[in-house]
Amino acid sequence: MTRAFMKGNHALAEAAIRANMTFFGGYPITPQSEILEYLSDNLPKAGGTFLQAESELAGVNMVYGAAAAGHRAMTSSSGPGFSLLQEGISYIASAELPAVFVDVQRYGSGLGDIFQAQSDYYVATRGGGHGDYRVIAYAPASVQETVDLVGLAFDKAEQYRNPCLILSDASIAQMMEPVVFPEKRKCDPDHEWAVRGKRGGDFKKITSTMYYTENFDQYIHDKYATIQANEQRWESIQAEDAEIVLVAYGISSRICKEAVSTARAEGIRLGLIRPITVWPFPEEAFDGLGKGLRAYLTVELSALPRLRDDVMLATGMKTPVHHFLAGNTVPSSQTIVKQAVALLEK
Amino acid sequence: MTEKRIPKTLVEDNKFCPGCGHGIINRVLAEVLEEMELVDMAIGSVAVGCACLMIDTFGTDWVQAAHGRAAAVACGIKRVRPENFVFTYQGDGDSLAIGFSETMYAAVRNENITAFIVNNGIFGMTGGQMAPTSLPGQRTTTSPAGKDPSLAGQPLNIINQMRQLPIAYLARGSVGSFKEIIKLKKYIKAAVTNQIEGKGYGLVEILSPCPTNWKMTMRGALDHMGDNVKNFFPTGEFIKEGVHTDA
Amino acid sequence: MLSVICAGFGGQGVLTAGLVLANVSMAGGQQVTWVPSYGSEMRGGTASCRLRISDSEILNPFFDQADVLIAMNQESVDTMQDMVAKDGTIIVNSTMVDIRTVRDGMRMIDVPATALSSEMGNPRGANIAMLGATIAATALFPVESFADGIDSYFDAKGRNTPLNRACFLDGASAVKGE
Repeated sequence: MTRAFMKGNHALAEAAIRANMTFFGGYPITPQSEILEYLSDNLPKAGGTFLQAESELAGVNMVYGAAAAGHRAMTSSSGPGFSLLQEGISYIASAELPAVFVDVQRYGSGLGDIFQAQSDYYVATRGGGHGDYRVIAYAPASVQETVDLVGLAFDKAEQYRNPCLILSDASIAQMMEPVVFPEKRKCDPDHEWAVRGKRGGDFKKITSTMYYTENFDQYIHDKYATIQANEQRWESIQAEDAEIVLVAYGISSRICKEAVSTARAEGIRLGLIRPITVWPFPEEAFDGLGKGLRAYLTVELSALPRLRDDVMLATGMKTPVHHFLAGNTVPSSQTIVKQAVALLEK
Repeated sequence: MTEKRIPKTLVEDNKFCPGCGHGIINRVLAEVLEEMELVDMAIGSVAVGCACLMIDTFGTDWVQAAHGRAAAVACGIKRVRPENFVFTYQGDGDSLAIGFSETMYAAVRNENITAFIVNNGIFGMTGGQMAPTSLPGQRTTTSPAGKDPSLAGQPLNIINQMRQLPIAYLARGSVGSFKEIIKLKKYIKAAVTNQIEGKGYGLVEILSPCPTNWKMTMRGALDHMGDNVKNFFPTGEFIKEGVHTDA
Repeated sequence: MLSVICAGFGGQGVLTAGLVLANVSMAGGQQVTWVPSYGSEMRGGTASCRLRISDSEILNPFFDQADVLIAMNQESVDTMQDMVAKDGTIIVNSTMVDIRTVRDGMRMIDVPATALSSEMGNPRGANIAMLGATIAATALFPVESFADGIDSYFDAKGRNTPLNRACFLDGASAVKGE
């Protein structure tokens, strides 16, 4: 198959077109603006609609409308703009509609800055907006994986009628790598739940399903429990016999993977668990690790530990969970190995 | 003997307070959609406020948006399903306070949708708070001494805001009298026609009484509309088929 | 694995040189990562990009130590040679760089890239001449086959000229003549 050499953001946008996304409404913000730029040119050529919205608030609600009408729809943003999407994502989750969102993470709270970071972990994994819902959140670690997960996100969004998120970061989004795309999909927007005028049948209402769902609490509980049981994805690298298991996703997981091979060459038993879904968190990955396991070490590009908390929850804190916070600088693999060795020498 | 004819689209009795204008507006809109044979292809977008009570009783497809965002939702629907008739139906608080940006930008882009904004000068569903359209001196639960324009601004006139935009249709009607209701129906029909003909954005603002939160009798509310509200919000057609009128 | 920094003034085709190197390497079956200068890494008017080229999976697209620095201007030589490995190579656009002092042990290759591309009537080809020197110096690919790759790359974009190949080969011979 032909490989293209593309930026993460451009590849993400092309993957959405291949997944038969027909509507995109979004607002510029660094470091995700290339997604808009690419789609403004290429989505109309593929027969879809690109709208530059007046705000993220409008963009997410345009997506809500297009999704309610049965079409595959998406918007993307970064940090500050991702906060603004949360209201709409809560409504879309509440209305049980499929839609895909993208957060290309940048550093810091408030305005922050455009550097790569993994600061949005909580908002990505806890639902983000108000109320009882979760978003299936995929964290790609390469341009190719970004493409693969965008297609999967659209499918899973429809399967569960729930928003899905691509949690990228400025590194993966801005770097270029070889990538292979799937063929363009065909999808039928005339789902039985989609509004398209009652056309002689009964009229439909798309609103918070709590108004119309019997035993709503139980229903919601079961829906998300099913997702948790079936949709955990991860990559495990030499974790079985490791003394220290690194836990990292996205750009930092790549460096950790390098650290594992460096350390193993020196006889240090380092391993890695790389969550591909950050919600549902891959708890199963932590089952049955070796007796020699002494500690977990999360490697995060942020100023405060985030991922660490999920490792604590997943492991019941039976083994110590440490964190290494690299702020907005991608650490070298030697730095990570040093951190691990320091833990072993404790 | 006269026969009471209720449009079939009104599938249940409405849930509005006695004397509320929404019931009349619902009926006029239902009549227009039925006469134009659009009920089967209509999709409405409401957001939050009293207007939303109609999604159970007005038998077209509906999407309920986040507060203020009905216009953005309608844009999303219309862009992927251009064959449908897509409209918004919102109160003035919803569309002109929290949703002002979405309302305006749908018009800026001349989206091929139709907007109905019911202006009763108050937040109804939340219990009578001040709205952008409240009149100077109007007592509400958040302006108990009367609305002070030096603090809260003058009543927001959406017609004036939109007049310079390249939209297809712009009118303000009222349900304050039988004559005005007849005119309103004409306005609604014109706005709907503009969308069906692909001419673009149409907006009909509708002056409507809220006796409950105005703390008035039905008669008193109608008198208030004639004596006061209309001075701030003159009725008429302001843009027809993209052309400015003398109104 | 080869780690390359490509740096110069905006307008000297630095990012394009990086893209050509990346694309032709990819077409030659290699794994490649390309990272643009970004945020605090951007210095003055100098633009840069970092590439890694390898026949196996590339994990870290970032690196502290480059094997090769392609330096199109003075500032690149001055500010970026600290990022080159002890036994690394600096390819210098000698037309634009007067002070060519580098650390001991480093290999420096002078390529009068701006001059030779201008003489050829292809002043925008200086970056391609620098690539010629890079390929010759690193033996990453045979020079002729990389030249074919450059032709295919620009042919596919619909804006090739025989001068690209000529610039590339001239740059390559600057190394042979060392």
